[in-house]
Amino acid sequence: MSFDSATVQKTARLARIAVTDDEASRLEGELSKIFDWAEMLNEVDVEGVEPMTSVMPMDLKKRQDEVTDGGYAEKVTANAPESEDHFFVVPKVVE
Amino acid sequence: MSKLSDLTIAEMRDGLAAKSFSASELATDSISAVEAARDLNAFVTETPEKALEMAKASDARLAKGDAGSLEGIPLGIKDLFCTEGVLTTASSHILDGYIPPYESTVTANLWRDGAVMLGKLNCDEFAMGSSNETSYYGNVINPWRRDGSNTPLVPGGSSGGSSAAVAARLCPGATATDTGGSIRQPAAFTGTVGIKPTYGRCSRWGIAAFASSLDQAGPITRTVRDAAIMLGSMSGHDEKDSTSVDIAVPNFEAALTGDIRGMKIGIPKEYRIDGMSSEIEALWQQGIDWMKAAGAEIVDISLPHTKYALPAYYIVAPAEASSNLARYDGVKYGLREQGKDITDLYEKTRSAGFGAEVKRRVLIGTYVLSAGYYDAYYLKAQKVRTLIKRDFERAFETVDTILTPATPTAAFGIAEKSDDPLAMYLNDIFTVTVNMAGLPAITIPAGLSGEGTPLGLQLIGKAFDEVTLFRVGGVVEDAAGFEAKPDNWWA
Amino acid sequence: MYAEARDTDPAKYISGATGDWELVIGLEVHAQISSKSKLFSGASAAYGGEPNDHVSIVDVAMPGMLPVINQFCVRQAVKTGLGLKAQINLRSVFDRKNYFYPDLPQGYQISQFKNPIVGEGKVQLDMKDGTRVEIGIERLHMEQDAGKSVHDQHPSKSYVDLNRSGVALMEIVSLPDMRSSEEARTYVTKLRSILRYLGTCDGNMDEGSMRADVNVSVRKPGDPFGTRCEIKNVNSIRHVGQAIEYEARRQIDILEDGGKIEQQTRLFDPKTGETRTMRSKEEAHDYRYFPDPDLLPLEFTQSWVDEIAAELPELPDEKRARFMADYGLSPYDAGVLVADRKSATYFEQVASGRSAKLAVNWVMGDLSAAANDKNVSLDQVGVSPEQLGGMIDLIDDDTISGKIAKDVFEILLAEGGDPKEIVESRGLKQVTDTGAIEAAIDEVIAANPDKVAEVVEKPKMAGWFVGQVMKATGGKANPQAVNDILKAKLGLE
Repeated sequence: MSFDSATVQKTARLARIAVTDDEASRLEGELSKIFDWAEMLNEVDVEGVEPMTSVMPMDLKKRQDEVTDGGYAEKVTANAPESEDHFFVVPKVVE
Repeated sequence: MSKLSDLTIAEMRDGLAAKSFSASELATDSISAVEAARDLNAFVTETPEKALEMAKASDARLAKGDAGSLEGIPLGIKDLFCTEGVLTTASSHILDGYIPPYESTVTANLWRDGAVMLGKLNCDEFAMGSSNETSYYGNVINPWRRDGSNTPLVPGGSSGGSSAAVAARLCPGATATDTGGSIRQPAAFTGTVGIKPTYGRCSRWGIAAFASSLDQAGPITRTVRDAAIMLGSMSGHDEKDSTSVDIAVPNFEAALTGDIRGMKIGIPKEYRIDGMSSEIEALWQQGIDWMKAAGAEIVDISLPHTKYALPAYYIVAPAEASSNLARYDGVKYGLREQGKDITDLYEKTRSAGFGAEVKRRVLIGTYVLSAGYYDAYYLKAQKVRTLIKRDFERAFETVDTILTPATPTAAFGIAEKSDDPLAMYLNDIFTVTVNMAGLPAITIPAGLSGEGTPLGLQLIGKAFDEVTLFRVGGVVEDAAGFEAKPDNWWA
Repeated sequence: MYAEARDTDPAKYISGATGDWELVIGLEVHAQISSKSKLFSGASAAYGGEPNDHVSIVDVAMPGMLPVINQFCVRQAVKTGLGLKAQINLRSVFDRKNYFYPDLPQGYQISQFKNPIVGEGKVQLDMKDGTRVEIGIERLHMEQDAGKSVHDQHPSKSYVDLNRSGVALMEIVSLPDMRSSEEARTYVTKLRSILRYLGTCDGNMDEGSMRADVNVSVRKPGDPFGTRCEIKNVNSIRHVGQAIEYEARRQIDILEDGGKIEQQTRLFDPKTGETRTMRSKEEAHDYRYFPDPDLLPLEFTQSWVDEIAAELPELPDEKRARFMADYGLSPYDAGVLVADRKSATYFEQVASGRSAKLAVNWVMGDLSAAANDKNVSLDQVGVSPEQLGGMIDLIDDDTISGKIAKDVFEILLAEGGDPKEIVESRGLKQVTDTGAIEAAIDEVIAANPDKVAEVVEKPKMAGWFVGQVMKATGGKANPQAVNDILKAKLGLE
């Protein structure tokens, strides 16, 4: 399949990664090649095959309903590029 | 006597018990080995003060007769493992300056058992790579060189810092992670032992995620025994990881009996790929002969979906990665590039913060999950995974373990493959199948290439049967008698 | 898309310039599960808190953090499903819904997309006009709430607080079965009542514990469904009604002007009563749902579900039916009483072992009026069921008359106290001594010969005599006795 530059840009937009035109044209070629190669999967008959949902079959682990964590806003925001009064700060978000 | 840092974990353990040297002496020796080897670029962060402090505490416990299974053993930690109060980067620019306020379960287990941290090891960015060339902190250089050549070789990836550090005797063991071969391929490229345990054996809590359904932690060491000792400490049920399995951790070291008589070793015909080098073929045959000589029975088996594992992997892993890496957005921690609005901030931060390979995989993953493509790619790949797992289940009805080559080639030169992503991906061809099936596998150095660089063999086991891998692996190790080591050109 | 689940009632049509329009409404209600801790982390799920205080390293999506599910939240979701008479799925799957937003630290919300924990169910609505409407539930799934962005602290920045991030929500999706804003309001009210009975959501809409996404479309009767607009995050029942009314009119106006409805996400502005497009949501969505690889499928047994079913409390519909049967309540009265569990309990405490008729009259009459005045629920009026019941006992055994009882009730309301003592100490006891009543009647007859003459012609005048006698006895004479004796003395009948 061919992975055109518009698809690269659209996908990059979804992934929130700015991509320059140069990068986009390089990615076009690389991704096309990778997806061409992956076409190999079309040879496999998966009729009636269940997709893998748990690598090792086991019961889902569950917690009791207890408050065991939190109460450390300082720790939560210590690594933030910008914070104020324990809030994370970002450019204004318009609703 | 050789330097202390040349010793294996088992030898260090014995020496400490016999009071031949102290943990502090071990640490001091290792710290200088690490400092002397900076040309290898194996470490992103060295933590000598921490190492000395931990070693001192180990000495106190040793004196009280209160030693843990890894008491005083200096280890390197792949920078994917979060370490409390110590910079953790996943070798990515996007985690600039990130100091985790928590300790990953696996490293916490190691410290519980007395191990000493030398520092954080370089790796491919977010473990995406097979050569350690995608690290923001630069490539790691393989301590091994081709005979009569100064061409720098890759140490494999993604755990290239781990494999290089262990091969160069900077530490006797290192933590690593394996999503498609990231423990075993670098181990094979550096003449070291690497084991990826069964999915669920080691907790993933506190390890920066690449692909959640494939990631597993494991050790890289110089001997099978050391791998058994280290994995024993790293393993165990964790309430904080929903995919961690609640079963007892066996005494792996006790599995090293050397006796594999009557065991059935499977040889999968699909691993005899087109264009396989005669060198690799010969190595594999050598392994088969060793098994026979040790009294095991060789059984030809078929794993029909083998060739589909790699393309399926390159859909599943990027898909999960695209979602796992969405949290790196410049808001809560790490790098932020200013933007005119929030979307601009995200796009600039992630563009500046991620390297080319990570971007490539995030885009692949985003695409295969996007509307209209999910069924054709992700769902299909997960179905193929079921088929791959079934292949193994069927094979393990008749065999105890499966023997294959670890890699299609020996270590290649830096920049030799970095321009061709697909050629790079093909490095994982023998290793990726077990990740897709969640199974354990070990690679053991088994010989040298015609150019004098290491080659490895791989053993694949049943789920949670690492014991068999250690038992058979020990026999391969003994038979191979791999004594070669890289010249100490860097010090 | 959906089969028509109900017939159209022409009375509910909206008239426009080009004729009648039918309103079609479906609701997605987000209800916060009542629990101590979050869905996938051990941080507090309590409302409020200092910024980022109810946040763990899991909630802030630090590298390597993993979700572990809260068993109690699963139980709450199953309980709710049972309360909605819905199909409980013994196997469900958590998916990741991927999108970027500052209040979504993981870059994805853990939700259930293809395989929700609860499937189809139904909710019965009892409308004021006495009709019953059944609203289909399409599904209920569990998901994480997002954090909160504060936009008014700074001219160019938003402040992000993740306290709510990861709190357990149930998204309850109705079929497009509602045909008027009144039905939509009644539906939310009923749903809230059911959740509160179950104890699975506190239903406090002003704290955001319940909010609704309202899907509105209009069509000409008999036509297929029109294009819908979704009004996000409406946070009161009144606003649900207002938003629908506005949106319906907006869509009809567009269509009648020859325009087309664009499928949109809109916001309701309570200040103007209008809806407007949401700019941030204009971009096309592609949530890239896939099963969360950090979690396994959620599976449980039918016997566990049965255990929960056995512990379900009596729900509003059943209680209503029982109140009608046991206490002879009208459908409407019963509906009003059971809407609030505490009110229903209050009523039962008053009514048990007493005259149901009196209990109904007093609870639905004076007590409800007092509750309305104070804008509180019945149990918070300040008169306990024991007090009201005690007073009713005094009416029932003729110690006081209904009229005096009204005074006693006012005293209970204002001052409290034991009704029996109040009656005793203030001499409010009804006079049943026929001698005393006869004497009073005789006096009135003697003083009013003209009226006596008149009453023979106009028997309705008897009421005047009763009034005079009651006045003379300070209202304490037993009205029945007064009537009987008067009639005899005046020779009526």
